[in-house]
Amino acid sequence: MAYKGNGINPKKFEKGQIKILLMVLPLVIITGLPIVFIVFHAFKPMEELFAFPPKFITTNPTLDNFRKLFKASRTAGIPLSKYVFNSLLITGAVVFSSLVFTTSAAYALSKLKFKGRFALMNINQLALMFVPVAVMIPRYLVVNVLHMTNTYWAQILPLIPLPVALFLVKQFVDQVPDSLIEAAYMDGAKELQIYTKVILPLIKPAIATAAILVFQQVWTNMEASNYYVNDDGLKTLAFYMNTLTSTTTNNTVAGQGVAAAASLIMFVPNLVLFCILQKNVMNTMAHSGIK
Amino acid sequence: MKKSTKISRRERSNKAGYLFLLPYALLFTIFILTPVCLAVVLSFTNFNVIQFPKPVGFLNYINLVTSDEVFMQYVLPNTVKYAIIVGVGGYCLSFLLAWALANLPGKLRTVLALILYSPSMTAGVAMTVLWKIMFTGDQTGYINSWLMDLGVINEPIIWLVNANYLLPIVIIIGLWSSMGVGFLAILAGILNTDESLYEAAAIDGVKNRFQEMIYVTIPSMKPQMLFAAVMQIVGAFQNGQVASMLAGNPTPGYAAQLIVNHIEDYGFIRYEMGYAAAVSVALLLIVNVFSKIANKLFGEKD
Repeated sequence: MAYKGNGINPKKFEKGQIKILLMVLPLVIITGLPIVFIVFHAFKPMEELFAFPPKFITTNPTLDNFRKLFKASRTAGIPLSKYVFNSLLITGAVVFSSLVFTTSAAYALSKLKFKGRFALMNINQLALMFVPVAVMIPRYLVVNVLHMTNTYWAQILPLIPLPVALFLVKQFVDQVPDSLIEAAYMDGAKELQIYTKVILPLIKPAIATAAILVFQQVWTNMEASNYYVNDDGLKTLAFYMNTLTSTTTNNTVAGQGVAAAASLIMFVPNLVLFCILQKNVMNTMAHSGIK
Repeated sequence: MKKSTKISRRERSNKAGYLFLLPYALLFTIFILTPVCLAVVLSFTNFNVIQFPKPVGFLNYINLVTSDEVFMQYVLPNTVKYAIIVGVGGYCLSFLLAWALANLPGKLRTVLALILYSPSMTAGVAMTVLWKIMFTGDQTGYINSWLMDLGVINEPIIWLVNANYLLPIVIIIGLWSSMGVGFLAILAGILNTDESLYEAAAIDGVKNRFQEMIYVTIPSMKPQMLFAAVMQIVGAFQNGQVASMLAGNPTPGYAAQLIVNHIEDYGFIRYEMGYAAAVSVALLLIVNVFSKIANKLFGEKD
């Protein structure tokens, strides 16, 4: 019997897939356990946090840990909603501008022939290899020189260029066949139209992946709030959750529940975005009818 | 080659190219390139964060190679070990899992991919608090409690202080969270491979899924393979947060001290920013060598 080929992206479940599933499942379970643990831990009442032997599963779920978290923010003077607003504003602004700038730069670097584009790509790659901790203080100096400390700008502009995202998107633009672009040229399309009508629709998986990536980077970013902003009213939820878990917990058992609750709150938006965008991440260009 | 079209397009492409690139390039230059260059300049100075940096030439680099015993004895071997296991292991795991998922139908694939990717979504200190709880050193710790129930150990192990266990724990956590954006890119890449290629390959005598993977899937998704490889290399060399969050910096007996911890130690604990910058530049060179290798393997040849 000749091999029929192509088990990739099957439409329905078949017998042959059971083998694969059995190989993957143990790893999936191991990977998922710590996440399940956070969820359980966040809803544990005090006596279960102290329980001995320790219990993995929560038997009497409670919202106590979340209540404590909100109470702590009320005593701090700045309402939680302010942090949430700051985070949403900053994340929204960064994700949107980053995607526009990154895709257009990727198009230019990949498909437009101009002097120095290989050098630029190399510089971008080198930058992403430079360890972030070493750049923290120099970047603070730059933000300072530009008089941006204590503004929203300081928390938005430095986060927009993300070398990793450009690298990712460019790798996908590389795969768009040149013949398509040539054809669009023949039809009289200008670069801008090619970018919006040809490139963008074809690299949806890359855009979705980059969106997840940028969102995550910004949503969990504490560096900007930590170093560039003194005014507590401008800081983000990630920063606040972090101070809360590192000051209130200090390893006490009671604080563990609060830490778990905080980490769950930070995790959920990532999860929601992933669920919204996953269709695009896993979308195939084959379906777009181009190939 | 399509030389003629290239030439006729050159004039307008030049201008348009720069315009499309401008916004990103501008912000990139200000907020990334300039700080990186400043850091490189700092590596040739003695800078204690308070006084103005004093130029010292190559002294920091000479010290790194000749007199930093901790670096040579602990940091470098630890980093190599970590990078090999988490870097290479994590990369193979990412690819195999992505390939396996691509062989499963849509809904199931989505759920499994979500679970595998979820560790990458739980960044930050809060997560390390949870690891601390798991690895608590007395019998109230989850791992200790389980292992004692199973009869594997008789008395609790002080996981996070014992030099024998610290690096393996950090490596396990590294592997746990290595299904990152590279994994997603690979998955998208596999799903994107042209179906007609598989049909052609089947006619040409490809006999099973393994051959299909080697001869069809991988060659047709080199850009994603390269991206994931570079991400994995960078991640493997730049991780370090976990170790210092779990066990402090420096880690007990330098047992899990990675290059990044070494940089943090000098930069933010001893305030020898010049030396920390020199170590960062050395790290950049190491990472660059490996990504050059990845480029050789998966890069476009033109």
